[in-house]
Amino acid sequence: MAQQPLTGYRRPDGRVGIRNHMVIIPVDDLSNAVAESVAKAIPGTLALPHPYGRLQFGADLDLFFRTMIGTGANPNVAAAVVIGIEPTWTERIASGIAETGKPVASFSIERHGDLRVLEMAARRAAELLRDASEIARVPIQRGELLMSIKCGESDTTSGLGANPATSQAVDRHIAAGGTVIFGETTELTGGEHLIAARCATDEVRKKFQAFYDDYIAMVERSGANLLGSQPTQGNIRGGLSTIEEKALGNIEKTGSAPVVDALAPGERPTRAGLNFMDTSCAAAEFITLTAAAGAVIHLFPTGQGNVIGNPVEPVIKISANPVTVTTMSEHIDLDVSGLLQLEYSLAAAGDRLENVIDRTVNGRLTCAEALGHREFVLTRLFPSA
Amino acid sequence: MTEPGSPPPPGELAFLVHREGDDVAVAVRDTEPGDATAASLDSGRRFGLAVRTAIPLGHKVALRDLASEEQVTEYGVTIGLTRCGIPAGELVHTHNIRSARWHSSL
Repeated sequence: MAQQPLTGYRRPDGRVGIRNHMVIIPVDDLSNAVAESVAKAIPGTLALPHPYGRLQFGADLDLFFRTMIGTGANPNVAAAVVIGIEPTWTERIASGIAETGKPVASFSIERHGDLRVLEMAARRAAELLRDASEIARVPIQRGELLMSIKCGESDTTSGLGANPATSQAVDRHIAAGGTVIFGETTELTGGEHLIAARCATDEVRKKFQAFYDDYIAMVERSGANLLGSQPTQGNIRGGLSTIEEKALGNIEKTGSAPVVDALAPGERPTRAGLNFMDTSCAAAEFITLTAAAGAVIHLFPTGQGNVIGNPVEPVIKISANPVTVTTMSEHIDLDVSGLLQLEYSLAAAGDRLENVIDRTVNGRLTCAEALGHREFVLTRLFPSA
Repeated sequence: MTEPGSPPPPGELAFLVHREGDDVAVAVRDTEPGDATAASLDSGRRFGLAVRTAIPLGHKVALRDLASEEQVTEYGVTIGLTRCGIPAGELVHTHNIRSARWHSSL
């Protein structure tokens, strides 16, 4: 299968995206209603409602701003309208996004009300949408793309097929100069020493180990019985028995490259290559964080059939489970179930995945995009004040 | 294509093993008790095994007799501890193995 030339959108800050979204970002839960009204009034814009943004503080608030700004700043976003209840936090997010050089407008509801904000924001959104529609695709290099990877609703077919197939694409992307983010901190348990051994320097290893130890300490402090939450009921139904077994399958997707950095949640990578990010294993939380870090395409091996997408980052679903690829075919972009019968080589599966990646980069909608799966889920560190 | 649940034709693969030396293999099709064929992913070696209990697609079978409180090896590393003795050919899952690392995973 010959590689096709890649095209994308080069943004003012030099980063490359593969989609051209116009987003309406509510700062807080109070602003969801008018944000959604704007998106309805101007079809073609995308509202990102969420339940938070009020009374958050400290590190939890820092993560909130990093995620909201990062989402608007993502190279798959052409322009943004930010709407909040009051001007200060609204401006903080808007100016953070504007640092990328892309057009941003902001409105706050106090002293105006929903309906005046609806008119002002919708007028501006329509102008920004029309401007964005003129942005043309240009030739890009594979290595310019920031990719994220996470497996979900895994079962034992993930470790046998979908994850190894993904590792082929990961290794090739890194060899081409690209950057890949993986994470899922607790789900490395049983294999975390394998990741630690691949850290490129002692500095990275120490950062990684600290993230891992802190997350596990938090889990153990709870004293809860985790079986059914991690691994999930779906994992167990599919044959996964312990967190260690899940971890070894999980790690299969990361390929063989050294780990060049360990990032905080939502932190933008600064080093090309394979980066670890400290994250939850909840799929929508993870992709929301990697999109905030600037990831423009996501590889998602699944066993039992995870269905989520993301509003700004296209999610490619890969499965080696023969039941899932037939019963949930509308969700699966690449069927590699033949690997379970050794019908073709891992390299051949990798070629097919690369083909799907290239076509997605160049504009082909993923199953999740076509189905309208746009899960946007903020990670919280602790309760609001 | 053969319906899941019917006995595999001779030579068709029923189980995959991640690494030579693993204690368990994973069913790549619903498998009934009887003789079955397995393949090791690292060496490519094919071998037969006697399955004692039904093993659904994605579930594991013991490749050797395992004692109680014994480490279970998969991918060449420990992935858990047995809760009780498990004879070769029997289903291996949450009812008879548990995490070695997470004592809270009961």
